[in-house]
Amino acid sequence: MRIAVAALVLASLSGPALAQGDVIAQRKDIMKGVGGATRDPGRMLRGEPFDIAKVKAALAVYADSAAKMSGLYPAGSETGGETTASPKIWQAKADFDARFAKFGADAKAAAAAITDEASFKAEMPKVLQNCGACHEVYRIEKK
Amino acid sequence: MSLSARAVVGSAVAVLAAVAGFWLLTAPVTWRLLRGTTEVASTAGDAQRGRILFDVGGCASCHVTPGSQEREKLGGGMALHTAFGTFVVPNLSPHPSDGIGGWSTADFVRAMREGVSPDGRHYYPSFPYTSYQRLETADLADLFAYLKTLPPVAGRASDHDLAFPYAFRSGLGLWKLAFLDGRVFSPDAGRPPEWNRGAYLVEGAGHCAECHSPRNAFGAISGDRRFAGGPDPEGKGGRVPNLTPHADGLGKWTRDDIAELLKTGFTPDFDSFGGSMAAVVKNTARLTDEDRLAMAAYLTSLPARPGKGR
Repeated sequence: MRIAVAALVLASLSGPALAQGDVIAQRKDIMKGVGGATRDPGRMLRGEPFDIAKVKAALAVYADSAAKMSGLYPAGSETGGETTASPKIWQAKADFDARFAKFGADAKAAAAAITDEASFKAEMPKVLQNCGACHEVYRIEKK
Repeated sequence: MSLSARAVVGSAVAVLAAVAGFWLLTAPVTWRLLRGTTEVASTAGDAQRGRILFDVGGCASCHVTPGSQEREKLGGGMALHTAFGTFVVPNLSPHPSDGIGGWSTADFVRAMREGVSPDGRHYYPSFPYTSYQRLETADLADLFAYLKTLPPVAGRASDHDLAFPYAFRSGLGLWKLAFLDGRVFSPDAGRPPEWNRGAYLVEGAGHCAECHSPRNAFGAISGDRRFAGGPDPEGKGGRVPNLTPHADGLGKWTRDDIAELLKTGFTPDFDSFGGSMAAVVKNTARLTDEDRLAMAAYLTSLPARPGKGR
């Protein structure tokens, strides 16, 4: 009996915790994907040969990721899983969501505007500035 | 006089002597006599040159009113929560009464170099004059000239809220005798000019070591651990990375990697970090490529020191 009660208590405790762990893991995976996608265009900005197909692929990852991310910060997912999400996200959720919307919109606009290396070098940094601008406010240092 | 009366007078004299001795030892003038320089700015500063130092130093990151997006409105008020208590960043705008509008160039040089206010009070080293003391007098005059061109912002920041015994400013006189050497940067003739420029920017205005080094029980950085990373000085359980070329630090980073990070905020893995270093990059992004590469040249030349910032 005691064991059964303990198991029930454990199950009720770990259920929501697991679900939150999942969102945290999902947003980490998506963010890692954004960083990985930046590798090619980032190197092109530093002088490697321009390849428009790789640039468009990265921009598509950004737009797709931006659309998914806003929904992955439900109440209750503030802590756990070594998250580096700042508590400020839940104090200013509208601003936080607006930043993902802007990141996605900027990525789509750049995908339309980039036709050659010159337009790539002009447009790509504008998209990438979204990373640091948002992280400055809403990402904390690793513990 | 009876024996006991003598004893009372004797101990009163001893207490007075101790108080006078403490006052003398901790008075700002004592540090100045022992360590200070009497050099004064010979000409008015050049505001255009001063703007570069303003960006290197990231003055805006601490002195802009929290929440403001205008990096030129230095109303102060940001709270720094540390193990010693809460420090509140003061108004650095040229407002005549609430900021530094009434200051002379000499007042500013003294504040940056000696950590002393125009009315003769010690500043706490949360204002990193331990680094700013390295700045040349002419550069301090330039920086002051630039600050004077910014818009005045009304309103004084509130006082610091510190734990006992740190609330007693006079103790800082002893701290400075121990930890503020008063040495202005002097170039190393055996190194190229680029290295010297980088050393000057990193160790002086850039004050990188102030966060990227562990501190001892007195809140000072020990030389053999400089740049080896440390716990977040604001104590939120975070850590500040090791900047030396050790495997714990920037061992695999090239000069270009470091310069690129200071320009765009991206690591060699295209990670983009958050928090206070993102704020620092907003400043270093405004520098020239040459200055960023110079800073990187100096950092890659540091002795490798272990330390994962714990």
